[in-house]
Amino acid sequence: MSFRKTPQFLIFTAFLSGLIFGLGLIVAQMTNPAKVLGFLDVAGHWDPSLAFVMIGALVTLGWLQFLTKKSCQHNASKVDSVKPIYSKIDAKLIIGSSIFGIGWGLSGLCPGPALVSLTSGLTGSLVFVGAMITGFIVFKYLHPPKK
Amino acid sequence: MTYSTVLFSLAGGALIGLSAALLLYFNNRVAGISGIVAGLIKPWQSDSAWRLAFLIGLIVSASLWFLFGGTIPIQFDTSLGVLAISGLLVGYGTQLGGGCTSGHGICGLARLSKRSMVATACFMITAGITVYGVHHVL
Repeated sequence: MSFRKTPQFLIFTAFLSGLIFGLGLIVAQMTNPAKVLGFLDVAGHWDPSLAFVMIGALVTLGWLQFLTKKSCQHNASKVDSVKPIYSKIDAKLIIGSSIFGIGWGLSGLCPGPALVSLTSGLTGSLVFVGAMITGFIVFKYLHPPKK
Repeated sequence: MTYSTVLFSLAGGALIGLSAALLLYFNNRVAGISGIVAGLIKPWQSDSAWRLAFLIGLIVSASLWFLFGGTIPIQFDTSLGVLAISGLLVGYGTQLGGGCTSGHGICGLARLSKRSMVATACFMITAGITVYGVHHVL
């Protein structure tokens, strides 16, 4: 077994990935809900920052995927892959994403920035993350996985 | 919006792209935050360790930033009650829709998934309408 497949190494790369992801959000100031709301508020004083963040991320990821010839479709047959992704565009996808958007628009927080902002110890971050985890649990309760 | 804001936004985005590429290349996983974290809500399983490691990395990043003297501006203009409702909708919606800004908006779009394009359009539009409603109508 090559070292690249050892559980320790995979835990390390997952940790590193989370760390870099968080630093990216911080550098781009996406941890600041006011800045995200500035992007979503097209009728107000529009702040296009989030668009540049997405461009930076998509170009980098797209290029690295191309270099390594690694995108999810190529992996769909592998046993340890998460996603042979559901390919259907269905009501669940549209309704779920729309509900998420309403929640995002109310506060300017989505899951990544909210978790990074926990370190600030602000009550707002704690309340949001607590409610988000409650939302995850409510979903599991309402839609138990089919056995 | 200044020139440096554009650079910091692009650089931050590039880091996020690098992070997602790392997780995809080594772990064969999609860097979708909502899915990674929600997958921890169950008894400990073989995939719990890497999920937890990713989450710890995400949270530690801010501490590391503080340690090196950085500041993280966070400004809430929202009451705690609205934050609670917002969190519930984000938690439930991302599970029903199968992803959030990272999973659909970055990883999904980067591999040109039609599902993710539809999802991203949906949450961008409803978020925009919500912000418009809250800030310009109410």
